[in-house]
Amino acid sequence: MTDIRTYLKNYDGPELRLMEVCGTHTAQISRCGIARMLSPAIRLISGPGCPVCVTVTSYIDRLVALSLQPDTTVLTFGDLLRVRGSRSSLNDAKAAGGRVRMLYSPLDALRAAAGEKDKCFVFAAVGFETTAPVYAMLLEEAEEAGLENLKVLTSLKTMPPVIDWICKNQGGVDGFLAPGHVSVVTGSRIFEPLSQKYGIPFVVSGFTGEEILASLYALVRRRGKAGVLNLYPSAVTEGGNAAAQKAVERYFAPCGAAWRGMGVIPGSGLALREEYARFDAGSLGLDDDRSLNPECRCAQVLTGVVSPAECPLFGGACTPRTPQGACMVSQEGSCYNYFIGGRAAQ
Amino acid sequence: MKITMAHGSGGKATAELISEIFEKTFDDPVLSQMGDSAVVPGAAKIAVTTDSFVVSPLFFPGGDIGRLCVCGTVNDLLMSGAEPRYLTCGFILEEGAETGDLRKIAASMAATAGEAGVRIVAGDTKVVEGSGGLYINTAGVGFLRGGTQIGPDRCREGDAILLSGNLGDHHAAILSRRMGIENTIRSDCAPLTEMVGGLLRGGVEVHAMRDVTRGGLGTVLNEFAEASGCRMELDEGKIPVSAQVKGFCGILGLDPLYMGNEGKMIAVVAPQDAPGALALMRKSRYGENASVIGRVGPRGERLVLLKTTVGGTRVVGPLYGEGLPRIC
Amino acid sequence: MCVALPGKVIQVNGRKATVDFSGNTLVAEAGLVKVKPGDDVLVHAGCILQVLTESEGKAMRDILKELEEL
Repeated sequence: MTDIRTYLKNYDGPELRLMEVCGTHTAQISRCGIARMLSPAIRLISGPGCPVCVTVTSYIDRLVALSLQPDTTVLTFGDLLRVRGSRSSLNDAKAAGGRVRMLYSPLDALRAAAGEKDKCFVFAAVGFETTAPVYAMLLEEAEEAGLENLKVLTSLKTMPPVIDWICKNQGGVDGFLAPGHVSVVTGSRIFEPLSQKYGIPFVVSGFTGEEILASLYALVRRRGKAGVLNLYPSAVTEGGNAAAQKAVERYFAPCGAAWRGMGVIPGSGLALREEYARFDAGSLGLDDDRSLNPECRCAQVLTGVVSPAECPLFGGACTPRTPQGACMVSQEGSCYNYFIGGRAAQ
Repeated sequence: MKITMAHGSGGKATAELISEIFEKTFDDPVLSQMGDSAVVPGAAKIAVTTDSFVVSPLFFPGGDIGRLCVCGTVNDLLMSGAEPRYLTCGFILEEGAETGDLRKIAASMAATAGEAGVRIVAGDTKVVEGSGGLYINTAGVGFLRGGTQIGPDRCREGDAILLSGNLGDHHAAILSRRMGIENTIRSDCAPLTEMVGGLLRGGVEVHAMRDVTRGGLGTVLNEFAEASGCRMELDEGKIPVSAQVKGFCGILGLDPLYMGNEGKMIAVVAPQDAPGALALMRKSRYGENASVIGRVGPRGERLVLLKTTVGGTRVVGPLYGEGLPRIC
Repeated sequence: MCVALPGKVIQVNGRKATVDFSGNTLVAEAGLVKVKPGDDVLVHAGCILQVLTESEGKAMRDILKELEEL
């Protein structure tokens, strides 16, 4: 490990831009203070790995509207509460009398719905491939329990299409830290076609500081070489979790999805299959994205085109206390982590 | 028996409630005079503080709202370098609150006040419509010793930063039940009278003290950095967090640096007094995991820098938002 | 994404399992992976996503050794 640290600190080869596409990796890199351990020739870029950050404003607007409907409660992960749509956030809605409740697990929604059969509950189903199986389990149990008052509003997205989009439309990435927990479900093989197509190394990484350093080291050593390396073998296999994949396929089908800053990317989302439409709270057509502040550069930050510090609002009008865009609101957002980690000061 | 609006009318029901529960349990001669004000002997310089307590649930592992309200106010006075002496307590009871609970809470307050060496000498009770909630406001008065100047602006480069024990216990204890997670984490709710007394009388040159409550260690040290103009440098490996709290934080994506505590303090002391201060903290009640977690750095950058266990460095900012559990 | 934590299975009850994380227990969904008491598992949002294997240490070392020879 000390050799890896020394290597990364002293690297003086060609400049490399390495992108992580998992919000938890972004947060961990920040928490462990890894950016400061690297040679200036190794630049870490945060990609669209935070599902909250890439969610378009019309989705939030719909959640806010639902929370204000009589007898309807929105159930959500904590991350989503402070994100503003085109006008307000779920926290704002709560203050205005809307019903919003924070849960640790979507499965807790079952108890909530079963407890008040005359009220409607909508779970804000955001996430990537890691969380999709959990929603599938939620629907399976809701079906079995015959619950008619539980719905989901989906904003589910998948990684390979957006990585493809970035490589095709932006480029300039020399290696990807592949999302560790997405890979647990999908398997590491899923990134192989992309790696070959663009001739870029992918390394599936765990989440401890040491694992991330080792994965960055592997990316640097493999620069210019295609191929997926799995450095999280205790949890990730080539094929992933087949049962989880099957559960997802049963309830969801690929669809086009709108990503903040990228517009609609075909096949990059998951929508409820028609036969389960009764569980849908109106997820289709929520493609509109309208930033509250026209100077907000979240869109470019998310695709790694600009670093958070290069946004004109960063650190001034936009801080964690007065966030202008999702990247600063979410604790996995690039701007938030850049700010609290003091990376701008580097 | 349930609290009704009658208990708040100021008539017989009120008088009975006060006499039966508060007067009997707090057992204080000045309080029993039931004057409009408590008249007590004073001092040249006094410290005054107030705090309100709205915790839910009222009873939690390791404590209750009663113990909490005495500790919170006592600790605030202690951190200013004062000797806590008198407390007032105002109760806002919602209709439907249980008098049985009130008794238990009053008993808890009496016991904690006894431990902390303070007297409860005045109070008030109001009843409002509602569904059984209970809120307490306390005000505290302490006497200041002459001489010693303690305050965050007095931190100097080279000073040692001491933390009196494990972070996150209170916050985790309260949040666990709400999130359906079972564990044996107990609130650390405690009066730090003995610990502070030990430090101040033990010849330690204390420059600053603060209890680490809402907002956590991150917030307190940023306040110190701001007030003193100095950088605070911490060593992640030296910051004590129990394995159980670490696990809890891992499940919910919380950071112990920002979690609330109710019986922990930071002391910034002259470097030569660090070993002595640490020994005094460890010897006192509630200080068994006390640790030197860092040092005060040079004047200039008003920030908190943390050396991480993996060997990196990061800035620890003040707490933004509510510190909600995150999932992604 | 996303926050997921390794824990140890204490008990299995049909489609649910009680998982321990350093002294914190919660009941997680176990419908996606076959688990038994004593298994180390990865839990995300209240759902077990995978059983963890021991392979990490050795596999890491092998891969890193390979890289050095590049």
